[in-house]
Amino acid sequence: MYEGVVQNLIDELGRLPGVGPKSAQRIAFHLLAADPADVERLTKALKEVKDKVRFCRTCGNVAEEEECRICRDARRDPSVICVVEESKDVVAIEKTREFRGRYHVLGGAISPIEGVGPEDLRIRELMQRLADGTITELILATDPNLEGEATATYLARLVKPMGLTVTRLASGLPVGGDLEYADEVTLGRAFEGRRLLDV
Amino acid sequence: MTLYRDEGIVLRTQKLGEADRIVTVLTRRTGRIRAAAKGVRKTKSRFGARLEPFTHVDLQLYERRSLDLITQAETLRPYGERLVTDYPRYTAGTAMLETAERLTAEEGEPALRQFLLLLGGLRTLAERDHDPRLVLDAFLLRSLSVAGWAPALDECCRCGTRGGLRGFAIAAGGAVCANCRQPGAATPAPPTFALMLALLRGDWEYADGSEARYRAECSGLVAAYLQWHLEHGIRSLRHVERGPDDAGDPAGTAADDEPITRETV
Repeated sequence: MYEGVVQNLIDELGRLPGVGPKSAQRIAFHLLAADPADVERLTKALKEVKDKVRFCRTCGNVAEEEECRICRDARRDPSVICVVEESKDVVAIEKTREFRGRYHVLGGAISPIEGVGPEDLRIRELMQRLADGTITELILATDPNLEGEATATYLARLVKPMGLTVTRLASGLPVGGDLEYADEVTLGRAFEGRRLLDV
Repeated sequence: MTLYRDEGIVLRTQKLGEADRIVTVLTRRTGRIRAAAKGVRKTKSRFGARLEPFTHVDLQLYERRSLDLITQAETLRPYGERLVTDYPRYTAGTAMLETAERLTAEEGEPALRQFLLLLGGLRTLAERDHDPRLVLDAFLLRSLSVAGWAPALDECCRCGTRGGLRGFAIAAGGAVCANCRQPGAATPAPPTFALMLALLRGDWEYADGSEARYRAECSGLVAAYLQWHLEHGIRSLRHVERGPDDAGDPAGTAADDEPITRETV
Protein backbone atom coordinates (compact mmCIF):
# COMPACT_ATOMS: atom_id res chain seq x y z
CA MET A 1 0.00 0.00 0.00
CA TYR A 2 1.20 3.46 -0.91
CA GLU A 3 0.41 6.91 0.52
CA GLY A 4 -3.26 7.95 0.03
CA VAL A 5 -3.24 9.78 -3.32
CA VAL A 6 -0.85 7.37 -5.04
CA GLN A 7 -2.90 4.40 -3.90
CA ASN A 8 -6.08 6.19 -5.04
CA LEU A 9 -4.60 6.59 -8.50
CA ILE A 10 -3.53 2.93 -8.62
CA ASP A 11 -7.00 1.83 -7.53
CA GLU A 12 -8.72 3.99 -10.15
CA LEU A 13 -6.39 2.83 -12.94
CA GLY A 14 -6.95 -0.77 -11.83
CA ARG A 15 -10.65 -0.39 -12.56
CA LEU A 16 -9.98 0.12 -16.28
CA PRO A 17 -10.57 -2.89 -18.57
CA GLY A 18 -7.51 -5.09 -19.00
CA VAL A 19 -5.47 -3.21 -16.38
CA GLY A 20 -4.39 -5.44 -13.49
CA PRO A 21 -2.83 -4.27 -10.19
CA LYS A 22 0.74 -4.49 -11.53
CA SER A 23 -0.06 -2.56 -14.71
CA ALA A 24 -1.96 0.04 -12.66
CA GLN A 25 1.10 0.52 -10.45
CA ARG A 26 3.38 0.85 -13.49
CA ILE A 27 1.12 3.47 -15.13
CA ALA A 28 0.78 5.38 -11.85
CA PHE A 29 4.56 5.65 -11.41
CA HIS A 30 4.97 6.58 -15.06
CA LEU A 31 2.51 9.46 -14.50
CA LEU A 32 4.38 10.52 -11.33
CA ALA A 33 7.62 10.73 -13.26
CA ALA A 34 6.09 12.33 -16.37
CA ASP A 35 6.30 15.95 -17.42
CA PRO A 36 3.46 17.96 -15.74
CA ALA A 37 2.35 19.29 -19.15
CA ASP A 38 1.83 15.73 -20.44
CA VAL A 39 -0.28 14.83 -17.41
CA GLU A 40 -2.24 18.07 -17.83
CA ARG A 41 -3.01 17.11 -21.45
CA LEU A 42 -4.20 13.68 -20.34
CA THR A 43 -6.50 15.04 -17.62
CA LYS A 44 -7.88 17.60 -20.08
CA ALA A 45 -8.57 14.86 -22.64
CA LEU A 46 -10.31 12.72 -20.01
CA LYS A 47 -12.47 15.61 -18.86
CA GLU A 48 -13.33 16.71 -22.39
CA VAL A 49 -14.38 13.24 -23.48
CA LYS A 50 -16.96 13.11 -20.71
CA ASP A 51 -18.14 16.71 -21.22
CA LYS A 52 -18.34 16.84 -24.99
CA VAL A 53 -18.95 13.37 -26.35
CA ARG A 54 -22.51 12.19 -26.78
CA PHE A 55 -24.35 9.78 -29.04
CA CYS A 56 -25.49 10.88 -32.51
CA ARG A 57 -29.28 11.32 -32.47
CA THR A 58 -29.57 9.71 -35.92
CA CYS A 59 -27.19 6.76 -35.96
CA GLY A 60 -26.12 6.30 -32.33
CA ASN A 61 -22.40 6.68 -33.10
CA VAL A 62 -20.21 8.71 -30.73
CA ALA A 63 -20.34 12.39 -31.70
CA GLU A 64 -19.30 15.81 -30.44
CA GLU A 65 -22.46 17.48 -31.74
CA GLU A 66 -26.12 16.50 -32.10
CA GLU A 67 -25.17 14.47 -35.16
CA CYS A 68 -21.92 12.65 -35.88
CA ARG A 69 -19.47 13.63 -38.64
CA ILE A 70 -20.74 10.92 -41.00
CA CYS A 71 -24.43 11.81 -40.65
CA ARG A 72 -23.59 15.51 -41.28
CA ASP A 73 -21.53 14.75 -44.38
CA ALA A 74 -23.75 15.50 -47.41
CA ARG A 75 -21.41 13.53 -49.71
CA ARG A 76 -22.30 10.26 -48.00
CA ASP A 77 -24.91 8.13 -49.77
CA PRO A 78 -28.16 8.45 -47.78
CA SER A 79 -29.78 5.45 -49.50
CA VAL A 80 -27.52 2.80 -47.91
CA ILE A 81 -27.31 2.07 -44.19
CA CYS A 82 -24.74 -0.24 -42.66
CA VAL A 83 -25.90 -1.68 -39.33
CA VAL A 84 -23.14 -2.37 -36.77
CA GLU A 85 -23.07 -3.41 -33.12
CA GLU A 86 -20.67 -0.79 -31.67
CA SER A 87 -19.08 2.54 -32.57
CA LYS A 88 -15.69 0.83 -32.89
CA ASP A 89 -17.13 -1.22 -35.77
CA VAL A 90 -17.81 2.04 -37.63
CA VAL A 91 -14.12 2.91 -37.31
CA ALA A 92 -13.11 -0.56 -38.56
CA ILE A 93 -15.31 -0.23 -41.66
CA GLU A 94 -14.25 3.38 -42.30
CA LYS A 95 -10.62 2.22 -42.41
CA THR A 96 -11.44 0.04 -45.42
CA ARG A 97 -12.55 3.13 -47.45
CA GLU A 98 -14.96 0.78 -49.26
CA PHE A 99 -18.21 2.12 -47.88
CA ARG A 100 -19.69 5.53 -48.73
CA GLY A 101 -23.13 5.16 -47.12
CA ARG A 102 -24.25 5.85 -43.56
CA TYR A 103 -24.31 3.80 -40.39
CA HIS A 104 -26.63 2.71 -37.64
CA VAL A 105 -25.12 1.62 -34.32
CA LEU A 106 -27.32 -0.87 -32.44
CA GLY A 107 -25.44 -0.70 -29.15
CA GLY A 108 -24.86 -4.48 -28.92
CA ALA A 109 -26.34 -7.74 -30.17
CA ILE A 110 -29.31 -9.89 -29.17
CA SER A 111 -28.20 -12.28 -26.44
CA PRO A 112 -31.13 -13.89 -24.61
CA ILE A 113 -28.80 -15.76 -22.24
CA GLU A 114 -27.37 -12.41 -21.06
CA GLY A 115 -30.90 -10.96 -20.89
CA VAL A 116 -30.38 -8.70 -23.93
CA GLY A 117 -33.42 -8.74 -26.20
CA PRO A 118 -34.35 -6.71 -29.32
CA GLU A 119 -36.01 -4.06 -27.14
CA ASP A 120 -32.64 -3.29 -25.50
CA LEU A 121 -31.03 -2.31 -28.82
CA ARG A 122 -31.59 0.73 -31.06
CA ILE A 123 -33.89 -1.23 -33.38
CA ARG A 124 -36.89 1.05 -32.97
CA GLU A 125 -34.71 4.01 -34.08
CA LEU A 126 -33.58 2.02 -37.13
CA MET A 127 -37.17 1.29 -38.12
CA GLN A 128 -37.96 5.01 -37.85
CA ARG A 129 -35.07 5.79 -40.21
CA LEU A 130 -36.26 3.17 -42.70
CA ALA A 131 -39.84 4.45 -42.64
CA ASP A 132 -39.24 7.62 -44.72
CA GLY A 133 -38.47 5.65 -47.90
CA THR A 134 -35.08 7.17 -48.82
CA ILE A 135 -33.18 4.05 -47.84
CA THR A 136 -32.96 1.29 -50.44
CA GLU A 137 -30.28 -1.01 -49.02
CA LEU A 138 -29.56 -2.24 -45.53
CA ILE A 139 -26.17 -3.86 -44.94
CA LEU A 140 -26.10 -6.06 -41.84
CA ALA A 141 -22.55 -5.88 -40.46
CA THR A 142 -23.08 -7.36 -37.01
CA ASP A 143 -20.26 -9.58 -35.68
CA PRO A 144 -19.87 -12.96 -37.42
CA ASN A 145 -20.55 -14.84 -34.19
CA LEU A 146 -23.75 -16.50 -33.01
CA GLU A 147 -25.22 -13.41 -31.37
CA GLY A 148 -24.39 -11.22 -34.37
CA GLU A 149 -25.94 -13.76 -36.76
CA ALA A 150 -29.09 -14.00 -34.63
CA THR A 151 -29.38 -10.21 -34.61
CA ALA A 152 -28.98 -10.14 -38.41
CA THR A 153 -31.67 -12.84 -38.79
CA TYR A 154 -34.02 -10.88 -36.55
CA LEU A 155 -33.46 -7.62 -38.47
CA ALA A 156 -33.76 -9.27 -41.89
CA ARG A 157 -37.10 -10.76 -40.91
CA LEU A 158 -38.29 -7.44 -39.48
CA VAL A 159 -37.51 -5.33 -42.56
CA LYS A 160 -38.52 -7.95 -45.14
CA PRO A 161 -42.06 -6.52 -45.60
CA MET A 162 -40.54 -3.10 -46.45
CA GLY A 163 -39.12 -4.39 -49.72
CA LEU A 164 -35.56 -3.17 -49.09
CA THR A 165 -32.45 -4.90 -50.36
CA VAL A 166 -30.98 -6.55 -47.26
CA THR A 167 -27.39 -7.79 -47.47
CA ARG A 168 -25.06 -9.46 -44.99
CA LEU A 169 -21.29 -9.05 -44.94
CA ALA A 170 -19.57 -12.09 -46.46
CA SER A 171 -18.04 -14.72 -44.17
CA GLY A 172 -15.18 -16.90 -45.18
CA LEU A 173 -11.47 -17.48 -45.12
CA PRO A 174 -9.25 -14.80 -43.61
CA VAL A 175 -6.69 -13.39 -46.04
CA GLY A 176 -3.22 -14.74 -45.27
CA GLY A 177 -4.40 -17.92 -43.52
CA ASP A 178 -4.04 -21.64 -44.27
CA LEU A 179 -7.05 -23.58 -45.57
CA GLU A 180 -6.38 -26.62 -43.39
CA TYR A 181 -6.80 -24.59 -40.22
CA ALA A 182 -10.22 -23.22 -41.20
CA ASP A 183 -13.07 -24.64 -39.14
CA GLU A 184 -16.00 -26.41 -40.82
CA VAL A 185 -18.48 -23.55 -40.39
CA THR A 186 -16.14 -20.91 -41.83
CA LEU A 187 -15.05 -23.16 -44.70
CA GLY A 188 -18.68 -24.07 -45.40
CA ARG A 189 -19.61 -20.40 -45.60
CA ALA A 190 -16.63 -19.71 -47.86
CA PHE A 191 -17.96 -22.37 -50.23
CA GLU A 192 -21.45 -20.94 -50.04
CA GLY A 193 -20.19 -17.46 -50.87
CA ARG A 194 -17.69 -18.46 -53.60
CA ARG A 195 -17.55 -16.10 -56.55
CA LEU A 196 -16.91 -16.33 -60.24
CA LEU A 197 -13.28 -15.66 -61.11
CA ASP A 198 -13.50 -13.40 -64.13
CA VAL A 199 -10.00 -13.14 -65.61
CA MET B 1 -1.36 -30.32 -14.40
CA THR B 2 -2.28 -32.71 -17.16
CA LEU B 3 -3.92 -32.77 -20.54
CA TYR B 4 -7.35 -34.35 -20.79
CA ARG B 5 -9.88 -34.86 -23.52
CA ASP B 6 -13.67 -34.71 -23.47
CA GLU B 7 -16.55 -33.92 -25.78
CA GLY B 8 -19.19 -31.36 -24.91
CA ILE B 9 -21.72 -28.76 -25.94
CA VAL B 10 -20.76 -25.10 -25.67
CA LEU B 11 -23.35 -23.42 -23.42
CA ARG B 12 -22.06 -19.89 -23.14
CA THR B 13 -19.09 -17.69 -23.92
CA GLN B 14 -17.88 -14.59 -22.08
CA LYS B 15 -15.26 -12.12 -23.20
CA LEU B 16 -11.95 -12.30 -21.37
CA GLY B 17 -9.26 -9.67 -21.79
CA GLU B 18 -8.27 -8.44 -25.25
CA ALA B 19 -9.01 -11.42 -27.50
CA ASP B 20 -9.84 -14.40 -25.26
CA ARG B 21 -13.06 -15.97 -24.06
CA ILE B 22 -14.21 -18.03 -21.12
CA VAL B 23 -16.18 -20.91 -22.60
CA THR B 24 -18.72 -22.84 -20.53
CA VAL B 25 -19.14 -26.39 -21.80
CA LEU B 26 -21.39 -29.25 -20.67
CA THR B 27 -19.18 -32.26 -21.23
CA ARG B 28 -19.94 -35.96 -21.43
CA ARG B 29 -17.55 -37.12 -18.71
CA THR B 30 -16.57 -34.09 -16.63
CA GLY B 31 -19.94 -32.33 -16.39
CA ARG B 32 -20.07 -28.56 -16.68
CA ILE B 33 -16.68 -26.91 -16.99
CA ARG B 34 -15.41 -23.40 -17.64
CA ALA B 35 -12.24 -23.08 -19.68
CA ALA B 36 -10.24 -20.30 -21.30
CA ALA B 37 -9.87 -20.13 -25.10
CA LYS B 38 -6.89 -17.96 -25.98
CA GLY B 39 -7.14 -15.62 -28.96
CA VAL B 40 -10.53 -17.01 -30.01
CA ARG B 41 -11.93 -13.55 -30.84
CA LYS B 42 -9.26 -12.84 -33.43
CA THR B 43 -10.39 -13.40 -37.02
CA LYS B 44 -7.39 -15.64 -37.64
CA SER B 45 -7.93 -17.78 -34.53
CA ARG B 46 -7.42 -21.48 -35.20
CA PHE B 47 -10.58 -22.17 -33.17
CA GLY B 48 -12.75 -20.21 -35.63
CA ALA B 49 -16.43 -20.97 -35.03
CA ARG B 50 -15.70 -24.20 -33.14
CA LEU B 51 -16.27 -22.67 -29.72
CA GLU B 52 -19.53 -20.84 -30.46
CA PRO B 53 -22.60 -21.74 -28.35
CA PHE B 54 -24.61 -24.79 -29.54
CA THR B 55 -21.51 -26.45 -31.03
CA HIS B 56 -20.97 -30.12 -30.15
CA VAL B 57 -17.22 -30.19 -29.91
CA ASP B 58 -14.35 -32.57 -29.15
CA LEU B 59 -11.92 -30.79 -26.82
CA GLN B 60 -8.44 -31.19 -25.50
CA LEU B 61 -7.86 -29.23 -22.33
CA TYR B 62 -4.90 -28.44 -20.17
CA GLU B 63 -5.73 -28.70 -16.49
CA ARG B 64 -4.72 -25.67 -14.46
CA ARG B 65 -5.32 -24.46 -10.93
CA SER B 66 -7.99 -21.95 -11.88
CA LEU B 67 -9.46 -22.00 -15.39
CA ASP B 68 -8.50 -24.93 -17.61
CA LEU B 69 -7.09 -24.01 -20.99
CA ILE B 70 -8.55 -25.25 -24.28
CA THR B 71 -5.64 -26.42 -26.42
CA GLN B 72 -7.49 -28.11 -29.30
CA ALA B 73 -11.06 -28.20 -30.56
CA GLU B 74 -12.72 -30.21 -33.32
CA THR B 75 -16.35 -29.72 -34.35
CA LEU B 76 -18.58 -32.79 -34.08
CA ARG B 77 -21.85 -31.03 -35.02
CA PRO B 78 -22.33 -27.25 -35.41
CA TYR B 79 -25.98 -26.98 -34.33
CA GLY B 80 -25.75 -23.18 -34.11
CA GLU B 81 -25.55 -22.86 -37.91
CA ARG B 82 -28.97 -24.48 -38.30
CA LEU B 83 -30.57 -22.58 -35.44
CA VAL B 84 -29.35 -19.06 -36.01
CA THR B 85 -31.17 -18.63 -39.32
CA ASP B 86 -34.50 -19.32 -37.62
CA TYR B 87 -35.12 -16.82 -34.84
CA PRO B 88 -37.82 -18.76 -32.87
CA ARG B 89 -35.56 -21.84 -32.89
CA TYR B 90 -32.55 -19.78 -31.82
CA THR B 91 -34.41 -18.27 -28.85
CA ALA B 92 -35.77 -21.70 -27.82
CA GLY B 93 -32.23 -23.10 -28.09
CA THR B 94 -30.70 -20.42 -25.88
CA ALA B 95 -33.33 -21.19 -23.22
CA MET B 96 -32.26 -24.85 -23.41
CA LEU B 97 -28.58 -23.96 -23.00
CA GLU B 98 -29.27 -21.68 -20.05
CA THR B 99 -31.47 -24.30 -18.36
CA ALA B 100 -28.79 -26.97 -18.82
CA GLU B 101 -26.26 -24.62 -17.23
CA ARG B 102 -28.51 -23.82 -14.29
CA LEU B 103 -29.46 -27.45 -13.65
CA THR B 104 -25.82 -28.53 -13.48
CA ALA B 105 -25.05 -26.51 -10.38
CA GLU B 106 -21.65 -28.00 -9.54
CA GLU B 107 -18.70 -27.49 -11.88
CA GLY B 108 -16.83 -30.69 -12.70
CA GLU B 109 -19.56 -33.00 -11.43
CA PRO B 110 -20.49 -35.55 -14.12
CA ALA B 111 -24.00 -34.98 -15.56
CA LEU B 112 -24.25 -37.54 -18.35
CA ARG B 113 -28.06 -37.61 -18.51
CA GLN B 114 -28.26 -33.81 -18.78
CA PHE B 115 -25.61 -33.90 -21.50
CA LEU B 116 -27.44 -36.57 -23.51
CA LEU B 117 -30.74 -34.76 -23.04
CA LEU B 118 -29.30 -31.49 -24.29
CA LEU B 119 -27.62 -33.19 -27.24
CA GLY B 120 -30.89 -34.88 -28.23
CA GLY B 121 -32.84 -31.66 -27.69
CA LEU B 122 -30.53 -29.59 -29.90
CA ARG B 123 -30.56 -32.26 -32.59
CA THR B 124 -34.37 -32.32 -32.59
CA LEU B 125 -34.51 -28.53 -32.66
CA ALA B 126 -32.05 -28.33 -35.56
CA GLU B 127 -33.90 -30.99 -37.59
CA ARG B 128 -36.89 -28.62 -37.76
CA ASP B 129 -39.51 -31.40 -37.66
CA HIS B 130 -41.39 -30.05 -34.63
CA ASP B 131 -42.58 -26.68 -33.31
CA PRO B 132 -39.56 -25.18 -31.45
CA ARG B 133 -41.72 -24.29 -28.47
CA LEU B 134 -42.77 -27.96 -28.12
CA VAL B 135 -39.13 -29.09 -28.32
CA LEU B 136 -38.20 -26.57 -25.64
CA ASP B 137 -41.05 -27.61 -23.33
CA ALA B 138 -40.20 -31.31 -23.79
CA PHE B 139 -36.58 -30.54 -22.93
CA LEU B 140 -37.53 -28.48 -19.87
CA LEU B 141 -39.89 -31.18 -18.53
CA ARG B 142 -37.31 -33.92 -19.01
CA SER B 143 -34.48 -31.82 -17.57
CA LEU B 144 -36.58 -31.20 -14.48
CA SER B 145 -37.20 -34.94 -14.23
CA VAL B 146 -33.48 -35.70 -14.48
CA ALA B 147 -32.85 -33.10 -11.77
CA GLY B 148 -35.40 -34.86 -9.54
CA TRP B 149 -38.26 -32.40 -9.98
CA ALA B 150 -40.55 -34.34 -12.33
CA PRO B 151 -44.04 -32.84 -12.10
CA ALA B 152 -46.92 -35.22 -11.31
CA LEU B 153 -49.08 -35.23 -14.44
CA ASP B 154 -51.20 -38.40 -14.38
CA GLU B 155 -52.01 -38.48 -10.67
CA CYS B 156 -52.76 -36.00 -7.92
CA CYS B 157 -49.47 -34.91 -6.38
CA ARG B 158 -51.12 -34.63 -2.94
CA CYS B 159 -53.28 -37.74 -2.58
CA GLY B 160 -52.16 -39.91 -5.50
CA THR B 161 -55.65 -40.22 -7.05
CA ARG B 162 -55.55 -41.07 -10.74
CA GLY B 163 -58.11 -39.34 -12.93
CA GLY B 164 -60.32 -36.37 -12.15
CA LEU B 165 -57.37 -33.98 -12.15
CA ARG B 166 -58.59 -30.40 -12.02
CA GLY B 167 -55.72 -28.12 -11.18
CA PHE B 168 -51.96 -27.60 -11.43
CA ALA B 169 -50.36 -26.57 -8.15
CA ILE B 170 -46.81 -25.51 -8.89
CA ALA B 171 -45.64 -25.36 -5.29
CA ALA B 172 -47.20 -28.77 -4.51
CA GLY B 173 -45.43 -30.46 -7.44
CA GLY B 174 -47.91 -30.85 -10.29
CA ALA B 175 -51.49 -31.89 -11.01
CA VAL B 176 -54.06 -31.93 -8.21
CA CYS B 177 -57.53 -33.46 -7.98
CA ALA B 178 -60.71 -31.48 -7.27
CA ASN B 179 -60.51 -32.30 -3.55
CA CYS B 180 -56.88 -31.27 -3.14
CA ARG B 181 -57.04 -28.18 -5.35
CA GLN B 182 -56.46 -25.05 -3.33
CA PRO B 183 -57.69 -21.57 -4.31
CA GLY B 184 -55.26 -19.84 -6.65
CA ALA B 185 -54.02 -23.03 -8.35
CA ALA B 186 -54.14 -22.93 -12.17
CA THR B 187 -56.91 -24.95 -13.85
CA PRO B 188 -55.52 -26.15 -17.18
CA ALA B 189 -57.69 -27.89 -19.76
CA PRO B 190 -57.45 -31.73 -19.79
CA PRO B 191 -55.71 -31.71 -23.25
CA THR B 192 -52.97 -29.52 -21.70
CA PHE B 193 -52.23 -32.25 -19.14
CA ALA B 194 -52.21 -34.80 -21.96
CA LEU B 195 -49.80 -32.62 -23.98
CA MET B 196 -47.42 -32.22 -21.03
CA LEU B 197 -47.45 -35.96 -20.47
CA ALA B 198 -46.84 -36.59 -24.18
CA LEU B 199 -43.86 -34.21 -24.15
CA LEU B 200 -42.42 -35.85 -21.05
CA ARG B 201 -42.73 -39.32 -22.60
CA GLY B 202 -41.70 -38.36 -26.14
CA ASP B 203 -45.08 -38.97 -27.83
CA TRP B 204 -44.45 -36.57 -30.73
CA GLU B 205 -47.42 -37.74 -32.74
CA TYR B 206 -49.79 -36.47 -30.05
CA ALA B 207 -47.74 -33.31 -29.40
CA ASP B 208 -47.56 -32.34 -33.07
CA GLY B 209 -51.32 -32.72 -33.40
CA SER B 210 -52.12 -30.52 -30.38
CA GLU B 211 -53.94 -27.21 -30.70
CA ALA B 212 -52.14 -23.88 -30.31
CA ARG B 213 -54.14 -22.84 -27.20
CA TYR B 214 -53.08 -25.99 -25.31
CA ARG B 215 -49.46 -25.48 -26.40
CA ALA B 216 -49.55 -21.92 -25.03
CA GLU B 217 -51.05 -23.09 -21.74
CA CYS B 218 -48.50 -25.91 -21.52
CA SER B 219 -45.61 -23.47 -22.12
CA GLY B 220 -46.87 -21.14 -19.40
CA LEU B 221 -47.16 -23.94 -16.85
CA VAL B 222 -43.79 -25.49 -17.71
CA ALA B 223 -42.07 -22.09 -17.50
CA ALA B 224 -43.73 -21.30 -14.17
CA TYR B 225 -42.84 -24.74 -12.77
CA LEU B 226 -39.21 -24.40 -13.91
CA GLN B 227 -38.79 -20.88 -12.55
CA TRP B 228 -40.31 -21.93 -9.22
CA HIS B 229 -37.67 -24.64 -8.78
CA LEU B 230 -34.76 -22.54 -10.00
CA GLU B 231 -35.73 -19.50 -7.91
CA HIS B 232 -33.77 -16.98 -9.98
CA GLY B 233 -35.46 -17.86 -13.25
CA ILE B 234 -34.16 -18.42 -16.78
CA ARG B 235 -33.46 -15.08 -18.45
CA SER B 236 -33.73 -16.45 -22.00
CA LEU B 237 -37.33 -17.58 -21.49
CA ARG B 238 -38.53 -13.97 -21.73
CA HIS B 239 -37.15 -13.79 -25.25
CA VAL B 240 -38.49 -17.09 -26.59
CA GLU B 241 -40.84 -16.56 -29.51
CA ARG B 242 -43.87 -18.76 -29.70
CA GLY B 243 -43.94 -18.80 -33.50
CA PRO B 244 -45.11 -16.71 -36.47
CA ASP B 245 -47.62 -14.77 -34.33
CA ASP B 246 -44.81 -13.19 -32.36
CA ALA B 247 -42.81 -12.08 -35.39
CA GLY B 248 -42.71 -8.58 -36.79
CA ASP B 249 -42.79 -6.60 -33.57
CA PRO B 250 -40.28 -3.74 -33.98
CA ALA B 251 -38.52 -4.26 -30.72
CA GLY B 252 -39.81 -7.62 -29.63
CA THR B 253 -41.91 -6.09 -26.88
CA ALA B 254 -44.64 -8.67 -27.44
CA ALA B 255 -42.12 -11.50 -27.61
CA ASP B 256 -43.24 -13.04 -24.37
CA ASP B 257 -44.95 -12.43 -21.13
CA GLU B 258 -43.39 -11.17 -17.95
CA PRO B 259 -40.99 -13.50 -16.17
CA ILE B 260 -42.89 -15.66 -13.76
CA THR B 261 -41.80 -15.32 -10.19
CA ARG B 262 -42.80 -17.02 -6.98
CA GLU B 263 -45.18 -14.15 -6.30
CA THR B 264 -47.19 -14.69 -9.49
CA VAL B 265 -47.76 -18.43 -9.24
